[in-house]
Amino acid sequence: MVEAVTHGSFIDLNLVNTLYLIFVGFVGGLVSGFIGSGGAFVLTPSMMSMGVPGLVAVASNMCHKFPKALVGAIKRAKFGQVDVKLGLIMGASAEAGVMVGAHIQEFIKETWGDAGSSLYVSFAFVLVLSIVGTYVLLDAIKTKNSAGDIGSQPDNAIIRFIHSLRIPGTMVYFPSIGKEISVLVTIPLGFATGMLAATIAVGGFIGVPSMIYILGAPALKASATELVIAFVMGFGGSFKYAWSGFVDIRLAMLILLGSLFGVQLGAIGTTYVKDYMIKIVMGTIMLIVLVSRALMIPVYLHQLNLWITLSPEMISWLKKISFAVNLLALLVGCTIVLGALIKGISEERRLRTKEALTMAEEKK
Amino acid sequence: MGGLRKKKPYKKFLFFGILSFILYYLLLAYQDFILEICSRGRWYALFPIATAFVFSLVHGNFTDAFWSVLGVEPKRRKEVK
Repeated sequence: MVEAVTHGSFIDLNLVNTLYLIFVGFVGGLVSGFIGSGGAFVLTPSMMSMGVPGLVAVASNMCHKFPKALVGAIKRAKFGQVDVKLGLIMGASAEAGVMVGAHIQEFIKETWGDAGSSLYVSFAFVLVLSIVGTYVLLDAIKTKNSAGDIGSQPDNAIIRFIHSLRIPGTMVYFPSIGKEISVLVTIPLGFATGMLAATIAVGGFIGVPSMIYILGAPALKASATELVIAFVMGFGGSFKYAWSGFVDIRLAMLILLGSLFGVQLGAIGTTYVKDYMIKIVMGTIMLIVLVSRALMIPVYLHQLNLWITLSPEMISWLKKISFAVNLLALLVGCTIVLGALIKGISEERRLRTKEALTMAEEKK
Repeated sequence: MGGLRKKKPYKKFLFFGILSFILYYLLLAYQDFILEICSRGRWYALFPIATAFVFSLVHGNFTDAFWSVLGVEPKRRKEVK
């Protein structure tokens, strides 16, 4: 198990945990590039399973993410996948959410210390991952069974209601959705996205699904637009946390080291797979990470002297199992994305060779 | 579709690779000093923010060239998914 010694809120870095952080970053990036954004949900828990306090993990994760989100947004804007208007409108309300969320985090840290902060972050993870993970996975299975063409799927009742809603003076046309939607709908969604980003460093969990399942944006455009939101709120949030001295820039940059290798590979991977595959990866990893975080909740409760008293052996076992489950999530993510990529590339090469042969034969 | 083969970005790969290596070397070699600045907070917050931007730019360019040099490229043909 890769557990680090802490000095204050910052951990000591040795060769093993430095390399582990780079690996964690790589998988996080891989998943992040593959599902558009939000892959950071494996990063915060992975850092925490190494012994980094919740608040520092969230702050450092956010700080590594925002410049990456900017680069990603610019790149995907070139492919025409970004709805800048939707991104900026949601981003502005997300920024407000981040400020409120960060304030709550700092209050918890000051009042209950690192254990309180880690408990809060873990609890938020368990809650959000169980809801979003289950929904995304069920939706992926449904999409797969219905011939995999999500474009032909009818909008759900919520989307139909939101699209029919007309509130004068608040209607804005969003190109990605192709309809006018009231900003009174997007503001709370953005705010919640920001709140969550400040709490677990992954606003995409609310941002992306809400754009897909509530606003009715296509999955690819929603994940690309989320990058604009992630940049806006990541920049503000990182600054707020850094202002209070909670960003461990070493952790952030080591995660970034692996992540940038992974994110580009993951993004290349999306061009080879079907949409439902992206949802399966997202849902599967979410549910595994959930178990890893849930296992640590009794440990934090014990540290806070709340309800539970655990023996030192029990604590040690729970930490080890939580770490192992988290590692499993990383390996599963890595295998699915790399597997899809390798399969896709070899198929593409085979088709290209076949095409070249046919063309050569036609010339004869 | 096969068309002209794109030239691989070896120069970019080398330039940003070396620069990235230097940045990471400095980050780890002077980590105590860097952590001290990070933990000061307030306007020192600009330091981690600027660091994140610089590392992203340099390392991002390096990894971009890295996969191109290795020949891992996005799918080119368009088909109905």
